[in-house]
Amino acid sequence: MSDLTVYASPRAAFGNGVRSALLSVFLIVLAGTYLGLGALAHDFGFTEWWFALSTALVWAAPAQVILLSSLGTGATVVQAAVAVTLSAIRLLPMLVALLPLLRRKGTRFRDLLLPTHFTAISVWVESLRLLPGIAPEFRIPFCNGLGAGYMGTALVFGFIGYFLAAGLPPLFAATLLFLTPMSFLMSTARNARMMIDRAAFGLGLVIGPLLAWYRVELDLMWTGVIGGLLAYAFHRLRGALA
Amino acid sequence: MITLTGQLWPYFLLIVAGYLPNEIWRALGLVLGRGLDEGSELVMLARAVATAIIGGVVAKLILFPSGALANVPLSVRLAAALCAFIAFLLAKRSVFAGVLAGEAALLLGGFLFAH
Repeated sequence: MSDLTVYASPRAAFGNGVRSALLSVFLIVLAGTYLGLGALAHDFGFTEWWFALSTALVWAAPAQVILLSSLGTGATVVQAAVAVTLSAIRLLPMLVALLPLLRRKGTRFRDLLLPTHFTAISVWVESLRLLPGIAPEFRIPFCNGLGAGYMGTALVFGFIGYFLAAGLPPLFAATLLFLTPMSFLMSTARNARMMIDRAAFGLGLVIGPLLAWYRVELDLMWTGVIGGLLAYAFHRLRGALA
Repeated sequence: MITLTGQLWPYFLLIVAGYLPNEIWRALGLVLGRGLDEGSELVMLARAVATAIIGGVVAKLILFPSGALANVPLSVRLAAALCAFIAFLLAKRSVFAGVLAGEAALLLGGFLFAH
């Protein structure tokens, strides 16, 4: 009937999600990123368990960097919370775009809670790429496997980074920090098959740094609103002309 | 009542300043996105907004980095990103090949010009 991947059981789908996570390029990226974050947590004087819990609960590298550096440098709770929440706005449109792929008739609300928590750029990009090829009833366990695989990797390398902390040479630390923009750049470009996504990505690449340069407040939120709306308008215009 | 001092205080901070302000956007996304269909216009728009934000994040991380990456000159960072994207296109859109090329270029450029 269709060529969607079907698994023997939800458990097999979960296992395959873990496998996809371990075989994807994001494994290296998350390993590198959390190696660096673990070292940062150590330098700011947090315990390794506090940092591990922050990885499991926050599960967003940019927010964790902000949390570590703001609390670590003596910011108030309110200042830290505001900075974290501003960095996390992107999660809302990401979930709105992801949920229709996961949900089908009769999906229970509580089954969506775990994939919701796992949603971060890495899981989102890979889910948007892989889920359309999987039979709908196996998408939630697959997505959970993907998230568990990535989070497990992040936890392990967070600990390693924490205990290596002082030993990272600066240029090596720089290459670790370069992993995130490189992987996001190309994985998003790979996923952008429709013109609207390509336009949105290109606009974001240009508008983001411009707003940051002029120190516009909430620069990333405005990048999303302006870039997303322009790309969408372009898409509607093309549709109307075609 | 447990007093939030000593060992529990950092965990209280983690929940109040880290977990809750971050998770609220996931929760809102779940509530708003639950009833929408895959092909709906609002979902297309949400994907475009999210994609534009990721574009902004990428460009900011390359152009205005923090930490050790800031010590690598801007020209090296841009050249490495360009190398990465060219390798990505040449290798039939392989993200792995692109990341590898970008990292190698950054390492080489950083080694030659970062002093």
